[in-house]
Amino acid sequence: MSVAVTIEGVTKQFGAFAALRGVSLEVEPAELVALLGPSGSGKTTLLRVIAGLEEPDGGEVRFDDVEAHRLSLRDRRIGFVFQHYALFRHLSVADNIAYGLRARPRAERPSADEIRRRVGALLDLVQLVGLEKRFPGQLSGGQRQRVALARALAIEPRVLLLDEPFGALDARVRKDLRQWLRDVHRRTGHTTLFVTHDQDEALELADRVAVLNDGRIEQVGTPDDVYDHPETPFVCGFLGESNRLDVEVAGGQAFFNDKPIFAAPAHNARGVANLYVRPQDVRLVEPPNAHGLAGVVAAVRRHGAIRRAEVAVTGLARRLEVDLPSAVAPAVGETVGLKIIRATVFGSG
Amino acid sequence: MSEAALTPSPARPARRAGGARVRGESRLVQAILIAIALVFLLLVLGLPLASVFVEAFRKGWDVYLEGLSDPDALAAVRLTLLVAAIAVPVNVVFGLAAAWCIAKYEFRGKTLLTSLIDLPFSVSPVISGLVYVLLFGAQGWFGPWLKANGVEIIFALPGIVLATIFVTFPFVAREVLPLMQSHGTADEEAALTLGASGWRTFWTITLPNVKWGVLYGVLLCNARAMGEFGAVSVVSGRIRGLTTTMPLHVEILYNEYNTVAAFAVASLLALLALVTLVLKTLLEWRYADHLSANGKH
Amino acid sequence: MQAAASRWRQPSILPGFGLALGVTLTALCLIVLIPLAGLVLKAASIGPAEFIAIARSERTVAALRLSFGAAFLAALVNAIFGMLIAWVLVRYRFPGRRLVDAAVDLPFAMPTAVAGIALAAVYAPNGWVGSLLDPLGVKVAYTPLGVAVALVFIGLPFVVRTVQPVLEEIEPEVEEAAALLGAERLRTVFTVVLPAVFPALITGFVLAFARAVGEYGSVIFIAGNVPMVSEIAPLLIVIRLEQFDYAGAAVVGVLMLLASFLLILLLNLLHGGLRRRYGHV
Repeated sequence: MSVAVTIEGVTKQFGAFAALRGVSLEVEPAELVALLGPSGSGKTTLLRVIAGLEEPDGGEVRFDDVEAHRLSLRDRRIGFVFQHYALFRHLSVADNIAYGLRARPRAERPSADEIRRRVGALLDLVQLVGLEKRFPGQLSGGQRQRVALARALAIEPRVLLLDEPFGALDARVRKDLRQWLRDVHRRTGHTTLFVTHDQDEALELADRVAVLNDGRIEQVGTPDDVYDHPETPFVCGFLGESNRLDVEVAGGQAFFNDKPIFAAPAHNARGVANLYVRPQDVRLVEPPNAHGLAGVVAAVRRHGAIRRAEVAVTGLARRLEVDLPSAVAPAVGETVGLKIIRATVFGSG
Repeated sequence: MSEAALTPSPARPARRAGGARVRGESRLVQAILIAIALVFLLLVLGLPLASVFVEAFRKGWDVYLEGLSDPDALAAVRLTLLVAAIAVPVNVVFGLAAAWCIAKYEFRGKTLLTSLIDLPFSVSPVISGLVYVLLFGAQGWFGPWLKANGVEIIFALPGIVLATIFVTFPFVAREVLPLMQSHGTADEEAALTLGASGWRTFWTITLPNVKWGVLYGVLLCNARAMGEFGAVSVVSGRIRGLTTTMPLHVEILYNEYNTVAAFAVASLLALLALVTLVLKTLLEWRYADHLSANGKH
Repeated sequence: MQAAASRWRQPSILPGFGLALGVTLTALCLIVLIPLAGLVLKAASIGPAEFIAIARSERTVAALRLSFGAAFLAALVNAIFGMLIAWVLVRYRFPGRRLVDAAVDLPFAMPTAVAGIALAAVYAPNGWVGSLLDPLGVKVAYTPLGVAVALVFIGLPFVVRTVQPVLEEIEPEVEEAAALLGAERLRTVFTVVLPAVFPALITGFVLAFARAVGEYGSVIFIAGNVPMVSEIAPLLIVIRLEQFDYAGAAVVGVLMLLASFLLILLLNLLHGGLRRRYGHV
């Protein structure tokens, strides 16, 4: 399998702040990769380094086999969609989209007719036919977003980069645009990287997700991989919700307060560890006898489509969150047993 | 990532082709552009300012002080201070009243009122003087009546004050108005519901909110009031020692080829301009948030 | 009062509207509106025939032409150099930048008479700059060129101060977007940055122009004031007044007033058009 973008050991320092501490990533042609992380994790810096807007202090970026720093910005052919779109306010929608084509050297510049044809095709692609004479100031947020995308696609980019593509939009528009972007990607097949801090967005859209934290990539994998098999405590805590229990591991068993609560065969180490359990991976069962985990239901509240119980467990500072199937309705104050179906163990420290 | 970290420093040189230098020119181009700008500013602003002091001290301290201690020069200083002492407070009162009713209420004709207040800015200073001569001058509309009743306006203090108020009319209002607008009416309403009277609300809530704007307006208003030339020269009659303000005194001395004395008085006015600039800049640095976006004209 | 007022203004619990509006309107009428009306009335009272005769007299036309011509030239120079100065101040870091930034306002603070004699001293044939230009055959002081130099001094801050904040607000992303789309630096500056500041540049130009047309103090010392050659319109008003020719002064005054109103109107129309197109200017 060939590689479209190779990032190798990239570091970037802003004054005393290390934005990237040796990031490596390979992106395959036509792949849609999400760079997911909290703010300050370096994801936007990484995107800007790939685009050539920031120069890495160390490491390198390659497109196919060409070292990126040998290429001028024009020759990189990066389609970049800025978080706030950066549309040219004094140019109409059509002129915005045509900008990159008209900026080419005369020899490579398509004819005026050809430019018009391509702008028309792009307007069609982003479903903005009829708005070509409008100015950015006269468009809604979602429409601006699509103009920005069309403008980036017009130069037939080698790689498409999107910085928080839906960050500036309200929740409903976001959802519509997400599907639409997936659709556009399927039709155009551009190698695409996008930055987001929204895990739902990353998991729903991307072929692969790279989770960044503190200037490093914590894990790269398919959405199922990173969600179901987090490799680091950070990934586990950042993607979805989890309860954390301080446990002791011995003989493939995790012990909480000296009670065996979870079989962790994969975890060979012994000693103190952290057990991460998602709310949906805990079941309420009959109160146990001597073994197993038990607690008192402190509250039941609705959490979107599901109901969730907060269970106070002796020895646990925070209440354990448990998703409830619709048939289960514990009373507040009731003592319940807790069965952990799935969990991840990380050595502490 | 911090905001500062995201913004590439425009001055950073590129070390590799196609690197981070996206915004910003090469060092050489920067240096050339800066040099052009500085030479232009030197020619238009720097040299004239310097020449005021050089010319004033051309014949040494003694001649300089002699020029300043001339009785007519002292009279001009006194008159200038007096005119400013009347015109500035009048414009503060007017400016606060105008800003209050435009910022805090919705009424018809508000836009028109706002542009009428700015009107004196777009009128030639000479016209600002002319209108009073046409009203109160010997052959003006009220001239004969004033003469019969022994009231002197033109070629006297009242005319000079009127013309000065005219040219400085919008200064306080236009600094305070946007500030008052940005504060809205919530603070005042809160004060009123707490039982404060209207005046109390104004003195304890509204005025403290806009005080730096008022000060800024006063600063500019004062500089213009003390330095106004065109409008005042039309109405003053230039009676030495009586109706000559400092700028007019400068003109008289200059036309008499008493260059050193002219520049000596001018140097005082230039000093006033410099002090004004320093205070204005300090206000802008220290209280930028309190002066709103259009604090710089 | 409250009840009567409510038809044309929205009710408010804030007291003091009547008093504040009263003070405002009284001051406005007494200081500004009535005197200006007096000027218009005076010019109108002499009858259309004589008005036109004065307006079309050679000396009036020459004075107006010089005032407007020199003001236009000065505003043009200010637009170019003001833009450059704003650019340098916003984009580059160099020692003394903040000092230069503050110094740009000097013409706002400097009394015009002081500026006038100082410019005359610098640009006179024996002055610092004048003595350099004199051997080249260029005379600045006491010529129409001198008028333009004084008007450049007066108008400079208007352009810099209107362009500067707009330039500061241009998002860096816009320029980055242009660069990624393949535009080289000059193209980016001319197709992306300059169009964005263009409305502000026009505004600064018109403000500088309007101020320069009416300027008196800084000009008369450097102009030489030769009738028909270097005599500006405001000076003509002063001369007419000294000859007690009130009508003559009023006519020139009204013509200048008209011109400045037209300029303001033009500016507002221009802004209205730009606002409609770009959303906000």
